[in-house]
Amino acid sequence: MKRFFTEVLHDRSARGFCTIVLIVFCAAVAVAQQPLGIGRVATPDEIKKIDIDVMPDGRGLPDGTGTVAEGAKIYAAKCQSCHGANGMGGSAERLVDRESGKNWDFATNARLVKTVGNYWPYATTLYDYTNRAMPFMQPGTLTPDETYSLVAYILALNKIVPEDAEMNRTTLPAVKMPSRDRFVIDNRKGGKVVK
Amino acid sequence: MDRPKSISRRRILAAGTAGIVGAALPIAGQNPDQAARPKVPADPTKVQGPLSTDVGGRSPFERPKRVSLGDRRTSSLTPLQDLDGIITPSDLHFERHHGGVPAIDPKQHTLTIHGMVDRPMVFTVDDLRRFPGRSIIRAMECSGNGGRVYRREGNQTDLTPQQIDGLTSTSEWTGVPLATLLREAGASPKATWFLAEGSDAAVMTRSIPIAKAWDDALIAYGQNGEPLRPEQGYPVRLFLPGVEGNASVKWLRRIELADQPFMTREETAKYTDPLPDGTARIFSLDMDAKSLITEPSFPDKLTGPGWWEIRGIAWSGRGKITRVDISADNGKTWKPAKLDDPVLPKCHTRFRLPWEWKGGEAVIMSRATDETGYVQPTFDVLLAARGPSTAYHFNHIRAWKVMADGVVKFAGSGA
Repeated sequence: MKRFFTEVLHDRSARGFCTIVLIVFCAAVAVAQQPLGIGRVATPDEIKKIDIDVMPDGRGLPDGTGTVAEGAKIYAAKCQSCHGANGMGGSAERLVDRESGKNWDFATNARLVKTVGNYWPYATTLYDYTNRAMPFMQPGTLTPDETYSLVAYILALNKIVPEDAEMNRTTLPAVKMPSRDRFVIDNRKGGKVVK
Repeated sequence: MDRPKSISRRRILAAGTAGIVGAALPIAGQNPDQAARPKVPADPTKVQGPLSTDVGGRSPFERPKRVSLGDRRTSSLTPLQDLDGIITPSDLHFERHHGGVPAIDPKQHTLTIHGMVDRPMVFTVDDLRRFPGRSIIRAMECSGNGGRVYRREGNQTDLTPQQIDGLTSTSEWTGVPLATLLREAGASPKATWFLAEGSDAAVMTRSIPIAKAWDDALIAYGQNGEPLRPEQGYPVRLFLPGVEGNASVKWLRRIELADQPFMTREETAKYTDPLPDGTARIFSLDMDAKSLITEPSFPDKLTGPGWWEIRGIAWSGRGKITRVDISADNGKTWKPAKLDDPVLPKCHTRFRLPWEWKGGEAVIMSRATDETGYVQPTFDVLLAARGPSTAYHFNHIRAWKVMADGVVKFAGSGA
């Protein structure tokens, strides 16, 4: 290949040809970078309808508010049958338990169960997930007030917020979860060392 | 050298126990296995066969099946021991879902791309098919694959390759590169992450570094020459070569570009890897190199000493497999296996090595090396790095023990 280019570049007319090829190639690249005009622009309304995610800094949280007491009532009606009384002992995932795992020996203690209290790094995740996927048999049916209330209740059961806490788009992102600083960037890169 | 004999007992067993196609009552001199076998003419050259069909099926003698896990059936495993080559038939590709398999009309389905873009866009499935496309043959593995043997669950020996590592499959995926769609929407150079969101009852979400979108992320609509199967994300899914399967969000409805990860439940509470030092890896997306012997394996029985072919698959989320070594003496000595073409990056690679079984006990194992120089570790090395109850990425060496009578049992990471 290298030899081919060397020979061709010594030929005057071939050099001209190569220049043309180069220009055409660059033009093609430039065209490829332009939009192809396939699809249509999304309207703000249709984005709003499906843009339900909530970020750690609170972006995406809706208006609304919820209390621990209100959350307890909703939990009893909509969550307890699967997650158990007080967020423990149900058929579905255990939600509560800050105490076990406080030493963060998850990699060496097989009996530990990860919960919101001992593992989840961001409180906003609890809002996001509850809102999108719960209750399991009626996903996506909770109102913002109901979701804020449930989040307040589960955080209170885990002793992360006080009993009189009120959750809203300002207070929720400010909650610092106990395990927040335990998470580290993946340092595996292949190569000889097993990490 | 003699050609290796094929290992056929498993197929005979599978056909004999599974299906009743034209089954007859046992007749004198037949065992129940023989009686349950599909009926075929004694001499196929003396009778006209059935004619062409709209949709083909497997021979009634072949009945590979996925195995579903747990009462809730939220995942199923590929029967690796029943497969040749590298492609997984689409109906045997492993499954994992978090809110069941949604039923979606492709004419109603759209993919929206928004966030840090100049032009938020909506694409129909037809739009996506109109873009310049690409087909790639790549593997997908769930990062929980192999967890059962890492923990050894009471040192079980009666485990098949499917039960051990069935959460890995390979397909030819066809779609439009995500990079093409990001150019179409005018992605901001300041965007560093994107969120992928599904249309299932879990409205599944994962955050992915945007470098993956510019590299090889695919918005896939085709699998092995046909539209995606429903359980694989019909009509459109994200496919991230080399990355833990969970991040390849199925039934894709939305992609949002941002300047930070969204910290969804899956990528924080679930798919993170606790380490012995009291931390946990987050966004541990790449799948380390791994290999598994699929033949001979439990429940095979070698019918006698002589030449057999050791066969299996190897793969790495970081690129191509460069070699696979085989040991037939419990890891004391190793021989390089032959790698079948094609050897593709981030893809199952078929390896083979003829092996003369001299009778007596033998422990066989495979060890993969990838193009980064990474060598599939022993169990002890992985255990030291990760701890006994870490949660994902279990790629240590697996072993099988051939007993003196030819029966093959799972032997963990070595006897």
